[in-house]
Amino acid sequence: MKRLMLGNEAIAWGAYEAGVTVASSYPGTPSTEITEHLAGCDEIYSEWSPNEKVSMEVVIGASIAGARAITAMKHVGLNVAADPLFTVSYTGINGGLVIVVADDPGMHSSQNEQDSRHYARAAKVPMLEPADSQECKDFIKMAFEISENFDTPVLIRLSTRVSHSLSSVELAEREDYKLKGYKKDFVKYVMMPAMARKRHLIVEKRMRDLKEFGENTELNRIEWENRSIGVISSGIAYQYAREAFPEASFLKLGMIYPLPEKMIADFAAGVDKLFVVEELEPFFEEQIKAMGIEVIGKERLPVTGELNVSIIREKLLGEKQSIDLPFEEKTPMRPPVMCPGCPHRATFHVLSKLKLTVTGDIGCYTLGALPPLEAVDTCICMGASIGMAHGMEKARGAEFRKKTVAVIGDSTFIHSGITGLIDVVYNKGNSMVIILDNSITGMTGHQDNPTTGFTIKGEPTVQVDLVKLCEAVGIRRVKVVDPFKLKEFERTVKEEIEADEPSVIIARRPCALLKKASYGGTVTIDSDLCINCKLCTAIACPAILDKGDHIEIDESLCNGCLLCVEKCPRNAIVKAGVENE
Amino acid sequence: MNKANILLAGVGGQGIILASRIIGNTALMNSYDVKLSEVHGMAQRGGSVISSVKMGEKVYSPIIEKQEADIILAFEKLEALRWIEYLKPGGRMIINDQEIMPVSVTTGKDSYPEDIISRIKAHYDNTVCIDALKIARECGNIKVLNTVLIGLTASFMELGKEDRLKSIRELVPERFVEINIKAFERGYNYAKS
Ligand SMILES: Cc1ncc(C[n+]2csc(CCOP(=O)(O)OP(=O)(O)O)c2C)c(N)n1
Repeated sequence: MKRLMLGNEAIAWGAYEAGVTVASSYPGTPSTEITEHLAGCDEIYSEWSPNEKVSMEVVIGASIAGARAITAMKHVGLNVAADPLFTVSYTGINGGLVIVVADDPGMHSSQNEQDSRHYARAAKVPMLEPADSQECKDFIKMAFEISENFDTPVLIRLSTRVSHSLSSVELAEREDYKLKGYKKDFVKYVMMPAMARKRHLIVEKRMRDLKEFGENTELNRIEWENRSIGVISSGIAYQYAREAFPEASFLKLGMIYPLPEKMIADFAAGVDKLFVVEELEPFFEEQIKAMGIEVIGKERLPVTGELNVSIIREKLLGEKQSIDLPFEEKTPMRPPVMCPGCPHRATFHVLSKLKLTVTGDIGCYTLGALPPLEAVDTCICMGASIGMAHGMEKARGAEFRKKTVAVIGDSTFIHSGITGLIDVVYNKGNSMVIILDNSITGMTGHQDNPTTGFTIKGEPTVQVDLVKLCEAVGIRRVKVVDPFKLKEFERTVKEEIEADEPSVIIARRPCALLKKASYGGTVTIDSDLCINCKLCTAIACPAILDKGDHIEIDESLCNGCLLCVEKCPRNAIVKAGVENE
Repeated sequence: MNKANILLAGVGGQGIILASRIIGNTALMNSYDVKLSEVHGMAQRGGSVISSVKMGEKVYSPIIEKQEADIILAFEKLEALRWIEYLKPGGRMIINDQEIMPVSVTTGKDSYPEDIISRIKAHYDNTVCIDALKIARECGNIKVLNTVLIGLTASFMELGKEDRLKSIRELVPERFVEINIKAFERGYNYAKS
């Protein structure tokens, strides 16, 4: 039976069919749906862990214990998990181990567009790259075989357009995988200098063997057609190039590290002109050039952003598309916004009003940086807000610190904020931190996390108590406040920021999209009372429309959160349908 | 076998993904090669989003490029204007007559462009406009807005209506099937009336 499936769902099916029994991940666009789909299989133990490093360690443990195990993360997640990756490359595996990493060229939902292929090379681990959903499923199964045949973890590289495209997939039965036996083997699994030196030699041999394997595997294939142009490509870039060059010959790489040098040399010798089409870095190109083969690649194609068929046609074939539009005006942009009823809106409204320097972090609340709130000063990576506020204090002193606050979401705090907080306490800092506790991992689409009290399968579990956690690392001032109580919240911020010791405010109110937010109805403007002072527009709610001479509420967007009612000095915002009572 | 590229454009939260999946599944049932491309993550938070459905004998790239869409189905007027350069010359533009204000407009920085529909109609002959929200409300639930639009889109395509109803049955929770089919019919018959 054929089914239309997301690349990510196909990855999960592949893992299911390969007999995987353990999966551990931390969410991150565009990889999140992989683990969500895995969680739907009863045969697979799956979990959200606090961060990618922990996920990686969990699956390494599962593999050494004899199971087939998988983790999936976004590209920057692999930075967090890089430490165990580089050494599991040395130890090798027992049960098959596959690490899926999803790149985001064009940065649809990311803070950078790093190219994960460099990790394969740096960590000396083979990497496969599928180009559609069927390949996602097939490659995962092959990755487990490679992992076990060559005693190595295997990386799978995805990109947004493979993860989030759907194409048809043929399903198969689940393999009845038997757990491998567990044997204590400290020469293989205890990486101290003496043992690691021996393992490094084994890694080098493994990479030579894998290179040989690459020459013959069906993962790499040559499609001979017209030989005046030859194209070397992989993944989604292959799909774009295939459409741009319908008649050319292709070397489609499925195993993108290590590269099959003989195959590449033969292909190059068989065509008149050779192009390398790859998204982001000249990863193939540099290696092919180092082999002494002439290719055209990044001297014409961009290293930034996504490719597409038009870019390839224009840059490699000189065919520029020209479009005459009858309209000249610029359409107003529509960037993402905080939802109506979002608890973060209240927090940032207050921080913006107090004109504080705000070291930010990653989550829905990063949207607080955009106009009109423009409250957030920095965003680097998950967990960075707290260490950065501390660094600012150490650089500029107490006066500056009394105008600085770090903001961080609940999931992000657990991911890597807690270590920053420990640094502040240990090194006698006085930073103020606001934990934006909306009871969920919001940005990536509502995943549970250790502070929500539920597992990935929705089962109740122990809930991390944020107040006790902060107290336990040495914070004496911990306050829990509902940010929608604007006055109380503002007062607390002013008090805590003055304190000559570190303090944490937990701004607690559930995400407006959660059932427990329980808003209802809509509000409307009582035009007899409204004086058009526009104070309500300061909270930047998408449902409040500034029409110049009056204010309107878009009732199709309003969810009755009543934050604007809190702002109105004239009680002119009333629940819809009750103004005449 | 004919190729068809359909671009769905709208605002995060309008149900574009479900709509494109229903169209894509129908194409698969008609033994087309099909690829869909969706936007997940950040942009879904009320941002401008698109979804593409490509069908044909063999589809490589899942992305619809400028001037490649046979049909653009715009769930919102400003989004129709934003994506119009993706329409193939002579292609079909379907616009849901609804306005959702972007932040720059609600805060009074930009103004929402005027007369979008009449201006598009003046330059693009194959433009159809529908108040799908009103029809959805008449059907009993504004959430079926996207099904009304799918119905209307279906009336311009070669794919069988029966398969589309089957896709709705497969992809929509059981208790909503009835109302969705009603909404589909209203959309399907719209251009004919
Ligand atoms: C290392 C890393 N892993 C994952 C992500 C993806 N990501 C961005 S924000 C976020 C979670 C945010 O959740 P939370 O801190 O609870 O804030 P909310 O979105 O709920 O406001 C995740 C997982 C990332 N950017 N970097």
